[in-house]
Amino acid sequence: MADGRPAVIRARPWAVACFLLPALLLLGALVVYPIGYSLWRSLFDAPGTGFVGLDNYREMFANPAIRRALQNNLIWILVAPALATALGLIFAVLTERIRWSTAFKLVIFMPMAISMLAAGIIFRLVYEADPDRGVANAILVSVNDTFSEGAPWPDARPRPDSGLEPGPEESLVATEPAAVGEPALLPLVGVAPPRVADAGQAVEPEPAPDAVVGVVWLDFAPGGGGDPGVVDENERGLPGMVVEAVRDGTVIATATAGADGTFSLPAEADGAELRLAASNFAASFNGVDWLGPTLVTPAIIGSYVWMWAGFAMVLIAAGLAGVPREMLEAARVDGANEWQVFRRITVPLLAPVLAVVLVTLMINVLKIFDLVLIIAPGSTQPDANVLALQLYFSSFGTSPNQGLGSAIAVFLLLLVVPVMIFNIRRLRQERKG
Amino acid sequence: MSTPHIPPSSADSGRGDGSDADTPGALSPVRPEPPRHPRADGSGRPAGPAGRGKERSVASRLASATAGGAAQVVLILFGLLWLLPTAGLFVSSFRDARDISAGGWWTALTDASQWSVQNYSNLLGKSAFTDSIWTTVAITLPSTVLVVVVGAMAAYAFAWLDFPGRDWWFLLVVALLVVPIQVALIPVARLFNVLGIFETIPGVVLFHAAFGLPFAIFLLRNFFAEIPRELLEAARLDGAGEVRLFTRVVLPLGGPAIAALAIFQFMWVWNDLLVALIFASSSNPPMTVALQQEMRQFGANIDVLAPGAFISMLVPLAIFFAFQRQFVAGVMAGSVK
Repeated sequence: MADGRPAVIRARPWAVACFLLPALLLLGALVVYPIGYSLWRSLFDAPGTGFVGLDNYREMFANPAIRRALQNNLIWILVAPALATALGLIFAVLTERIRWSTAFKLVIFMPMAISMLAAGIIFRLVYEADPDRGVANAILVSVNDTFSEGAPWPDARPRPDSGLEPGPEESLVATEPAAVGEPALLPLVGVAPPRVADAGQAVEPEPAPDAVVGVVWLDFAPGGGGDPGVVDENERGLPGMVVEAVRDGTVIATATAGADGTFSLPAEADGAELRLAASNFAASFNGVDWLGPTLVTPAIIGSYVWMWAGFAMVLIAAGLAGVPREMLEAARVDGANEWQVFRRITVPLLAPVLAVVLVTLMINVLKIFDLVLIIAPGSTQPDANVLALQLYFSSFGTSPNQGLGSAIAVFLLLLVVPVMIFNIRRLRQERKG
Repeated sequence: MSTPHIPPSSADSGRGDGSDADTPGALSPVRPEPPRHPRADGSGRPAGPAGRGKERSVASRLASATAGGAAQVVLILFGLLWLLPTAGLFVSSFRDARDISAGGWWTALTDASQWSVQNYSNLLGKSAFTDSIWTTVAITLPSTVLVVVVGAMAAYAFAWLDFPGRDWWFLLVVALLVVPIQVALIPVARLFNVLGIFETIPGVVLFHAAFGLPFAIFLLRNFFAEIPRELLEAARLDGAGEVRLFTRVVLPLGGPAIAALAIFQFMWVWNDLLVALIFASSSNPPMTVALQQEMRQFGANIDVLAPGAFISMLVPLAIFFAFQRQFVAGVMAGSVK
């Protein structure tokens, strides 16, 4: 041994062989030999018969699908480990202040125990686009609705040939100009009856001598009956509907319909165009397309952080246990606030642990596969592509090119070689020291 | 890579958390005297200059108490955020297809009529799914045993037996720790084809065993090497040979490390998808692959996928809660895989 310690047992050679051989056979046949074969295979074409030199490696950087995978891997490596480590650090430091830290750590660490497949299914559910099904969008929509009022009548639409036509954006424009003394009738349909349950009975207003009056109402009598374009009994007004009078492209007057659907514009509006503003009908906010082309990679990174923040937390908490309490206390006594203690003392002392966590997660993220395969829907899988997924499809997909697949594998191996060398050097130093 | 910190021959006493009799898990505070209160004024701490803590002003105590309250709120929010996704899967697994398409799982929280075990009984009535559970078991158990046995034998040789080039061989094993399994997929698929074990359970088992070995040997060798040499010398004087030393002294003392390794390897193989996708038979796949095959029609299949995913999580979760300490130790030491 390098540390000079003699082995206890001067063992018989056949005994040593018996203990070592199974492991060396398995490692040799299934780990070492494959490295050599992959290197060799990456220099050949798809059928494996023609020598192509480094063409597979060139193809790797030229092929747009693989370039996308490289870009995404880069995003993964830069973002996911940093996020997981930062969260782990925050959790580790904050749990020192609470009594129920064990329960909290259990909750955060629990995802480490489940498969990436199960985590993928869990997050497919979370990211469902329909806010009535996916909890992420349900939360976004309810937060949004708390802070902004949605359009009052998103579903309302005109009857054909009823005197209203689609205008700019989503507005509706009356075909007849406004006229003093002639009430404007603006009938709409398409609103579900329960939504007008609180509205008043629609009323056709009396003509006024000094104003443009009219009514916006739901031209639909529950239970049938009623004539199109006529304000019938049991038909409801559409309160809150914004009516604009427009002349030469500018809005000259605005009115809001009352409970019975009636509105009144000043006399200047005479002859102007009547328009139901687009804001009445604008589609309501329906959340974010998490698994669409732009957000799919960040969304999957989110699920990864959910799984691995607990790992970072536990390692950092173990490191934190080695930070001398007296040092923190002394700083506090000297008047440092908690942030300064954290920034100037805790983090620098933890730097080696943070580095280990970051590097470990980087190696892990390099090979990310399951989460992307499961969470990205077929339509956006190309946008979420990563090297390990590309390797799988290149090697075992519908039209395999195992030369290219081997080149990707060798590339992945090259990326971890620095860590390999670091491990070996550290081991040799430990033995000597 | 982090060196495993499992104290030799002290399965339950080490790690400094013995004072927490109620929760002796690996996740409980490691420090003998954890700061249980934001009132961190140093009282009762033997270390540190005496009396210094008393100089802290009321304002700074107030500030740290407020910080403690803020920490509670932040952690509660994060805890809920972390539970929410799993809760969604759990609740969804009890709702039938019609309820699932009608509204979000949270509507079931206030509507008891949506809950039923029908999805589970449907799923467990399908032989394709129950077969996949057995395939998972048939892959996981032998891989775990194989890694522990072969790894322990090699680790023993590296730690205590004398043979030429021992250090160099061990360096090779350490170098293999971070080799990505992706490198081996194509070559081993070809090799297994030649051997006739491609798409068979033995093939998957061998692949997992081989890629579990570097970590197993590394972890166990470091652990075995710390066994007091007097113990081995005494046994040697009693006339024990290489094999008896291994089975009577090294293995029993290696308990904690072997447990951590076995749990880590078990979870790793149970949860694996990639190796099974390529090396397991697609007509008789393990659970992860069987569920992955159902992903194509995700929206229409939640009543199958949610209970299936939950069943696949049961064993890992049970192991996690039962063997927190060993699992955390294994994960901390073996995360490089």
